[in-house]
Amino acid sequence: MSAANADRSTATVSDAPAAGAPAEGSGRDPDAFLGLSKEECVELLREMIIERRFEEKAAEVYQVGKIGGFCHLYIGQEAVSAGSISPLRDDDYVVTAYRDHAQAIARGMTPNAVMAELYGRADGCSKGFGGSMHMFDKTLNFMGGHGIVGSHLPLAVGVGYTIRYRGGDQVCLCFFGDSVVNIGAFHESMNMAARWKLPVIFLLENNRYGMGTDFRRVAAVKELKDRGRAYDGLTSLDVDGMDVLAVRQAVEEAIERGRNEKTPSFIEARCFRYMGHSMADPMHGTYRTREEVEKWRSDDPILSFTRQLMDAGRLTEEEYQAIDREAKEIAEESAAFADRSPFPDSDALYRYVYSDGYPDDMRRRDAWRKELR
Amino acid sequence: MAVLTYREALNDALREEMERDDSIFIIGEEVGEYDGAYKVTKGLLEQFGEWRVRDAPIAELGFAGLGVGAAMAGLRPIVEFMTWNFALLAIDEVVNAAAKMFQMSGGQYNVPIVFRGPGGAALQLAAQHSQSPEPWYSYVPGLKVIAPATAKDAKGLLKSAVRDNDPVVFIESEIMYNLVRDEVPEEEYVTPIGKAEVKREGSDVTVVCHSKMVHQALAAARALEKEDIDVEVLDLRTVRPLDVDAVVASVKKTNRAVVAEEGWPMCNVGAQVVDDIQREAFDSLDAPVARVNGLDVPMPYAKNLEKLVTPNADHVAAAVRHVCYAD
Repeated sequence: MSAANADRSTATVSDAPAAGAPAEGSGRDPDAFLGLSKEECVELLREMIIERRFEEKAAEVYQVGKIGGFCHLYIGQEAVSAGSISPLRDDDYVVTAYRDHAQAIARGMTPNAVMAELYGRADGCSKGFGGSMHMFDKTLNFMGGHGIVGSHLPLAVGVGYTIRYRGGDQVCLCFFGDSVVNIGAFHESMNMAARWKLPVIFLLENNRYGMGTDFRRVAAVKELKDRGRAYDGLTSLDVDGMDVLAVRQAVEEAIERGRNEKTPSFIEARCFRYMGHSMADPMHGTYRTREEVEKWRSDDPILSFTRQLMDAGRLTEEEYQAIDREAKEIAEESAAFADRSPFPDSDALYRYVYSDGYPDDMRRRDAWRKELR
Repeated sequence: MAVLTYREALNDALREEMERDDSIFIIGEEVGEYDGAYKVTKGLLEQFGEWRVRDAPIAELGFAGLGVGAAMAGLRPIVEFMTWNFALLAIDEVVNAAAKMFQMSGGQYNVPIVFRGPGGAALQLAAQHSQSPEPWYSYVPGLKVIAPATAKDAKGLLKSAVRDNDPVVFIESEIMYNLVRDEVPEEEYVTPIGKAEVKREGSDVTVVCHSKMVHQALAAARALEKEDIDVEVLDLRTVRPLDVDAVVASVKKTNRAVVAEEGWPMCNVGAQVVDDIQREAFDSLDAPVARVNGLDVPMPYAKNLEKLVTPNADHVAAAVRHVCYAD
């Protein structure tokens, strides 16, 4: 039985589901746990809780000025990152957008390295050069962290091209938000990935709002997954993005298609962000109601998975409390670590502009800055 | 030495580099079955196959970004834009992705990629197909920008660009593909990025130029011999990084400079060269630096108006006389 509502050619445009409604076709047997062991299930839950507590800590320290710039939090969407990254192999690739802290942690970056990056410190995963939107770790094939909406999809297609070029069986998982479906880069990417059979998993996190714009107000399609129907060879489906096991099953199937058939997939995970678009945006704003936020929060991915595990005798209240305590400690420690980490030294300024050194003419044009001479 | 056209030299560079390194692939519109819109990629599909010579859909943003992603994953892509005019659709991937990735990732992901294609005006192609893109890209730290004037430099610099570990913008010329032909060494060579070359030695005035304007400057220099004005022609070859040492050395010798370039005057390469000269060689100047540019209008279609807009050897010669107070 498939977790998801796969359709290459038969879907018809219908009314978008009401807020909070699970996606159609989530016919997964809730007791089956996809064949995962008790420990694997608890690890999935633990991952989600660590992401949640980390982001709560980030919000807290942002308020006191420890983090600068834009800061887009992931709270509410943890089932998508945990469910999709957990079935990847180490040699697979991840490319994502600017709401990237939790995905970086899910891929294996330490919360310390992510928080230090948020603080703009030398121990950050991008050495303080990237910040919130640009998390990178080459050792984990975590390829950013990109801040121009939609422009990272072609990058993921390039990674898929490289996999095929070398005859590998990896996949490239690419996250993006609902506003991307209206951008040319989305269609250019889907077209090339489908035409050349590139193992890319396009994972749309439909949290319903592109910044403050309801996707239904700007997309001339009722169901965003239908945007994939134009491309032969691309499997398009939707999944309940508040259900970590549903996400995991859909991505596992997409990984199989990518590894074996080299075909791309387009998965719309229907989810919700509890916080504003960024820390500059209030939780409700003018574009969504308190009731809508509360309705989605009542379907919280962490609480529902916790309940599911407890009902199945796979988790005790004590175990849950211990995980939550540990997650809070990890978040606290990441902030303390970031605070201790040094700021990048000014010599680093010219170190990463070119890989073969900073050209002399450029340095001479900066010579009016006496402190840099 | 064999005499090759600019086009043949580029084609040789691509073939030799692709034979040397199988991580190199070319992607672009019409690069494969059509043999290249301007035949620069002629014969490569047949030799290397479709994964290494990939005909792309007309989707500049998409295939430029594909190249950036492939470079991050370890390949060495060459992205051909049919012309640089169409590359404006892809400038986000060049500027926001390729140029910034190395620093944004704290030095983890360098992007070894070449974006190449013809720039500048050709023959009555009107406003959207007649423009010089050098300033748009040379503004951006993280990019290297090359615009060669001869077949020899085109081959040597394209080989260097392909071997470079950072993103390179390589600007060719539709007009020069066939008209420019010169001696190209038969043995293996590369031309260093960031090094200007004196194309003609002279003692009275330095003309700093690149790409097509090198040929206009050489023609002007020949004409001015009759007037006993000895012109040095300095071909920048690379506009970022810019060989300020070569510019300053030449100006210190001649004490006068003209900066010539095909495109619009506002914020162009020449504007930067004038600044570099006044900062580093002010005391050597016997006259203000003169500039030769295209006129500051979108390119008109009508033949007479296009001629009026486009800088030529007579314009360069007039500017040289002006800085010599000989006009």
